[in-house]
Amino acid sequence: MFYRFDVVIVGSGGAGLMAAMQLASNTSVAVLSKVYPTRSHTGAAQGGVAAALGNLEEDHWKWHMFDTVKGGDYLCDQDACEILARDAIEAVYELEHWGLPFNRTPDGRIDQRRFGGHTRNFGEAPVRRSCYAADRTGHMILQTMYQQAIKNQVRFFNEFLVLDLLINEGRAAGVVALELRTGEIHVFSAKAVIMATGGYGRVYRITSNALACTGDGMAIAFRRGIPLEDMEMYQFHPTGIYKVGILLSEAARGEGGILRNDKGERFMERYAPTLKDLAPRDMVSRYIYQEIREGRGIGGKDYVYLDLTHLGKEVLDSKLPDVTNFARTYLAVEPITDPIPIQPTAHYAMGGIPTNVDGQVVIDEKNTVLPGLYAAGEVACVSVHGANRLGTNSLVDLIVFGRRAGKHAARFVRENDYAPLPPEPDGEARALVERIRGNKAGETQEAIRRELRDNMMELAGVIRTAEGLTQMQQKLNELQDRYQRVCIMDKGKTFNTELMEVIELGFLLDCATATVAGALARQESRGAHYREDFPKRDDEHFLKHTLAYRGSAAHKVELRYKPVVITAFQPKERKY
Amino acid sequence: MRTVTLKIKRFDPDKDQRSHWSEYQVEVEDNDRLLDALNAIKWKQDGSLTFRRSCAHGVCGSDAMRINGRNRLACTLLMKDLPNKIVIEPMLGFPVIKDLVVDMDPFFSKYEKIKPYLINDEPAPATERLQSPEQRARFDEGTKCILCGACTGSCPMVWGNPEWVGPASIVNAHRFIFDSRDQGASERLAILSDRLGVWRCRTIFNCTDACPRGIPVTDLIEEVKRALIYGRTDIE
Repeated sequence: MFYRFDVVIVGSGGAGLMAAMQLASNTSVAVLSKVYPTRSHTGAAQGGVAAALGNLEEDHWKWHMFDTVKGGDYLCDQDACEILARDAIEAVYELEHWGLPFNRTPDGRIDQRRFGGHTRNFGEAPVRRSCYAADRTGHMILQTMYQQAIKNQVRFFNEFLVLDLLINEGRAAGVVALELRTGEIHVFSAKAVIMATGGYGRVYRITSNALACTGDGMAIAFRRGIPLEDMEMYQFHPTGIYKVGILLSEAARGEGGILRNDKGERFMERYAPTLKDLAPRDMVSRYIYQEIREGRGIGGKDYVYLDLTHLGKEVLDSKLPDVTNFARTYLAVEPITDPIPIQPTAHYAMGGIPTNVDGQVVIDEKNTVLPGLYAAGEVACVSVHGANRLGTNSLVDLIVFGRRAGKHAARFVRENDYAPLPPEPDGEARALVERIRGNKAGETQEAIRRELRDNMMELAGVIRTAEGLTQMQQKLNELQDRYQRVCIMDKGKTFNTELMEVIELGFLLDCATATVAGALARQESRGAHYREDFPKRDDEHFLKHTLAYRGSAAHKVELRYKPVVITAFQPKERKY
Repeated sequence: MRTVTLKIKRFDPDKDQRSHWSEYQVEVEDNDRLLDALNAIKWKQDGSLTFRRSCAHGVCGSDAMRINGRNRLACTLLMKDLPNKIVIEPMLGFPVIKDLVVDMDPFFSKYEKIKPYLINDEPAPATERLQSPEQRARFDEGTKCILCGACTGSCPMVWGNPEWVGPASIVNAHRFIFDSRDQGASERLAILSDRLGVWRCRTIFNCTDACPRGIPVTDLIEEVKRALIYGRTDIE
């Protein structure tokens, strides 16, 4: 079928819904989501949303901006960070007005707690900036925003998997999507397309990410010649449940939880004397790896402990109910009396589709806009998080930049007409689906995905080397070739999730390719990107953003670079 | 490591006239989730086995299904808590699309019917509306709902009449009716004071039993009934 809307939004998490709310009353807008909106991964966020409300102690948006810039190891575009920190305040109040059930202080105001990397007075000491709803802040935000979408009568196309982006005459023309329920392929013509498809944690074996987080928007844009920015900046959250990867919120440490090694030592005291366990995530993950490498993992194994035993039942029940529940369910560990086995887990993509501060996609070193194409949320790289994201900044990112993208798109569609669709707009999408369905016995998606995830974890994870990354590149080339021959057993049309998973695997391979290319070329360590062979930050050569383009030859990635926007804070050594 | 048998109800609308059973043998570890076993079957034995899943840790609500006769989330059930033979079916009370995937559209329509959004027409203050911790706690239970459908699919009153608004809708109405910032209680109560509204609840308790978030669903339904009978929600 053929549809036409002023704006098509791909993805129904926090960023997509926020954008939709700006558009529902004044444009024709459709939200396409491959899952029902309340299943989106925003709902898994736990810790909180940062805003300098100052409800419990003095706070200022400038401090939040500084923390974000330093937290990003100075790779952030500071104009974006300023907007994030300033607009966060109004955005959080707006969420509350929409009914978000925040935890409250005794005098009825939004309660706030400490979180990694958030400080008062430019790094002096931890500050209570994270506005939270138990440890289910993401769930509350997603529910509240979906409720508002219902109130605003937003039109949803649920369980529509977007396969392709249409660009014609140099501007966005629409998308092509597979309706899971029927197996039909539909073309959506639009004046503006907003990508809000989230991250790609499933490239790594141990991840906090849902199975649906397969980098769809990033890969689709990459295939259409749009670069991906800073893909090598991938964050590993320090406290994932051992072996399973399920997230145990940083809020646990915000409430006083402590990391301990085999000797029972609070090892973060050694590495980050001021912030200790509330140092930024990239650093904590690296230090956990270091402890494990030096033999101080529990029982000499590859995990350490998160100790919540001193917090008391009251705090655990009221502030960390989900964290406590996860430990009990998945590890049979009782956090009131026992420490919890944890290890770093692949968590967040700082990189993604490059945008300016209005969410418009920009496609080169000069930030040339591709008219009509927008991106917001984890899929985008503004870049507000630089080389490492602070906890509680993602939920702010969604609401601030989701809203900006929506607002700008609303103006854009008033002033612009539809781009004509290219000839045979669904040609490539149909060819992809037909090839997968038609392949005879050959490769299985299981083997390719397993090898992708295992190798990425080893060779492109927390600790990287030139040798490892080169090996990973070769592995990816092999996997991409084998992927062309993946066959499926389910030849049906109705709700074919095997077909969906194979398509998603292709997206993951593209995201991994861009990630590894950027990582190999960045011969320094910065934020979440740690090179054992280049352990120092090198501002002289690498204070710049990577732009990874799909190369003209098979398996090739072409890299270009663009400058970082530096305004208020000159890069300094990053110590906590 | 042990081997378990999964007997799964299958239905492929492209091929089948009626549903039928398939049996699979899977090797599992104690701490594997049932979802892991389903994925193992799909990826290594039968790619056509179809089910919804996403977060794999009990927060998104995608994988509610009927397991050994009870509605559960496949990702919060560990194999060590399951016997060697496990019967898996799609939830009752929903039309089946394929295998374990049911049509959730009617469920979400019922949710939309009770106006599941904050209703407050007074101009908002510049900062947050105040709410005490006690007021916040009053409606906390309903905020936990992940719209998985387990309660609704376990209710005999829903099986008997799928038009009934169902427990999940009432839980989400409760969340707003008892939220001190909301002013739409009378609107929602009017919607629910209907033959197909809250009065159809027979206090069977299957819903409370099925809820993976531990929400006392029957209690919340009772509170809504009382609000209707006494005409007050007792908010200061």
